[in-house]
Amino acid sequence: MAVMAESAVAQVKRSSMWTRAFESRNFLGAMFMVPAIAILILFLAYPLALGLWLGMTDTKIGGVGRYIGFGNFVSLAKDSVFWLSVFNTIFYTFAASIVKFAIGLYLALLLNERLPFKSMVRAIVLLPFVVPTVLSAIAFWWIYDSQFSIISWVLLKAGLITHYIDFLGDPWNARWSVVAANIWRGVPFVAITLLAGLQTISPSLYEAANLDGATNLQRFRHITLPMLSPIIAVVMTFSVLMTFTDFQLIYTITRGGPINATHLMATLSFQRAITGGNLGEGAAISNAMIPFLVAAILLSFFGLQRSRWQQGGRD
Amino acid sequence: MSNFDRRSVLKAGLGGAALLAGPGIVPVRAAEWTNVPEANASIRVLRWKQFIQAEYDKFAEQAKKFSEKTGVKVKLEAESWDDIRPKAAVAANVGAGPDLIIGTLDDPHKFPEKLIDMTDVADYLGKQYGGWYPVAERYGKKGNSWIAIPQGATGGCLNYRISHVKAAGFDEFPKDTDGFLKLCQALKKNNTPAGFALGHATGDANGWCQWALWAFGGKVVNDKNEVVIDSPETIAALEYVKQLYATFIPGVLSWNDSNNNKAFLNGELSLTLNGISIWTVGKNSPDPKQQEIAKDMNHAQMPIGPVGVSTEQQNILVYYGYKHSKYPKAVKEFIKFMMDKENYDAWEVASNGYVSPPLPAYNDNPVWTSDPKITPYRDCLKRCRDNGYAGDLGYASAAVMGDFVVVDMFAEAATGSVTPKEAAARAAERAKRYYQV
Repeated sequence: MAVMAESAVAQVKRSSMWTRAFESRNFLGAMFMVPAIAILILFLAYPLALGLWLGMTDTKIGGVGRYIGFGNFVSLAKDSVFWLSVFNTIFYTFAASIVKFAIGLYLALLLNERLPFKSMVRAIVLLPFVVPTVLSAIAFWWIYDSQFSIISWVLLKAGLITHYIDFLGDPWNARWSVVAANIWRGVPFVAITLLAGLQTISPSLYEAANLDGATNLQRFRHITLPMLSPIIAVVMTFSVLMTFTDFQLIYTITRGGPINATHLMATLSFQRAITGGNLGEGAAISNAMIPFLVAAILLSFFGLQRSRWQQGGRD
Repeated sequence: MSNFDRRSVLKAGLGGAALLAGPGIVPVRAAEWTNVPEANASIRVLRWKQFIQAEYDKFAEQAKKFSEKTGVKVKLEAESWDDIRPKAAVAANVGAGPDLIIGTLDDPHKFPEKLIDMTDVADYLGKQYGGWYPVAERYGKKGNSWIAIPQGATGGCLNYRISHVKAAGFDEFPKDTDGFLKLCQALKKNNTPAGFALGHATGDANGWCQWALWAFGGKVVNDKNEVVIDSPETIAALEYVKQLYATFIPGVLSWNDSNNNKAFLNGELSLTLNGISIWTVGKNSPDPKQQEIAKDMNHAQMPIGPVGVSTEQQNILVYYGYKHSKYPKAVKEFIKFMMDKENYDAWEVASNGYVSPPLPAYNDNPVWTSDPKITPYRDCLKRCRDNGYAGDLGYASAAVMGDFVVVDMFAEAATGSVTPKEAAARAAERAKRYYQV
């Protein structure tokens, strides 16, 4: 009897401890965060840390590496192909992002107007984004083919050129060609997201502007653009990140050729790490992308800060 | 398969059987094979993805026969070459995965200590069938022991249009580099140009660029693994290829491994380096135009340069088993079974001469003479060097090839974006990054 009573007391004590714990906001909060933290650590922090570590070693595929500090970076600094890939990546990102933004914004403004078959047109605009990247890349590979290019064929038949255009065989032609493919693929994302942003702008602002006699350009300059800027910041950050780290398009269309003229840091990293077997150096090339990516994220961070200011808060 | 029907295969098979029974093939001394696979063994085999379905079907059929005969279960998987390379390395790294891989080139030399010693298999096959080609030995052996068993090569030969070469003034295909250049120039003049991939085409571009480098006496490293690519011989090769490049069809700089197939079968390309696939596809095509092209085409070996010997580079296939396998003896038994002449011959017939044999004794397979157009592919291993020439095969040779150091060098010099001297210096700089570690 005494034993039973004792255990009952203990039970009450334990359960009250649990109850109290679950009633505590701090404890509960921490518990709810555990799954998210676990996922972040397992799938983001750990791979990132492993990548950073690998970049500091001379690991070969199938072997154990030694720590060599910044050895990979010192060696890469002397590698002309690496520097070419850095240039290509920056060029690719800037050229593609600027055009994607311009066309995307233009499309979004158009789609925001009253159009016949509005929802159908919007769905069609999204198409390039829906097609798997590799498939569209293969299509572009055919479009740019040195012997079978449809563009060259049409221009030739129209009598505008005398021989097939060497789209992917000339360094600058190849760079512009892959940029064009990336733009085609990236525009829908920009357009649809900006369109969503446009639709959040209150019509009363435009009505007020109309009453004040504002021109179209003034309305765009003083209402649309400022109201849209937080969305623009987010969209362009994503667009820049995705373009900067692009792999599939390049790998399918040119494999980095001709003479490495379209090698991006991502494709070079793959070529060195997987095809070449030098995992450490490949990781180092990937790591070299991080400063650029962080810069892009910081840019968006400050863009978002501005949005708070726009909503009446302070900068 | 218009001119290679079942009857001719049957006849050829009988001929082969007669040869087998004849005195020519009887080994000098019978090789011993005492290996017994482990009880209840089961192995996972990862091989390169087939281009010819009949070849794979035969391989799978033989694997099944092997299981019936030995009781060893075989799980067969196939993946493209490009994917096997990283998987093989990861398997070596983590100590798990397939028991046996049939991959390419110098992969086993990147992780030799992880692989099953195959010396007894190589000795048995070598003794039984009168020896390996030297290049097969280079790919199979590390030091004194064998770490891999060469399966052969998906060989490359020159593919040319008979009528176009004739129209260019050559009744016979040129055998040396001088004649070859003249042919290409004449082809260009007739508007029936040659074309060789100069993009990042793992098979085609590496194949002919390495050939050109070696044909003039250039090489990436010497026998002490010191980088010696920046040499007068290399520059001679670059000057030669620069002249050659001027005769090519436009766009080769962007070509990958499949562009030349497409252009050739479309009649726009008259001379290129390729496997036997263009001819096979053309022959079996429902399109009369492609059939016509297949009829008007033939194959030849790469011409011989100033060094006076054949200097081809071929895509060698190799069997290698992992030490992490629980059934190393079953792995060896499987290789021995598949490589035994009887099985290899039947497989070769099914593949229609797709794989060049690693043992000269296997050259008597009637498939090689069933059509004279197939014959040049038979001797690919006789004519080629290993891709690490003149140094060792291993991490550095694989990395230099994987990073397209030689191909980029030729592309740079050929297009005139830099001088041959500069291109050679840059290649040396890039190669040193791998050979110095």
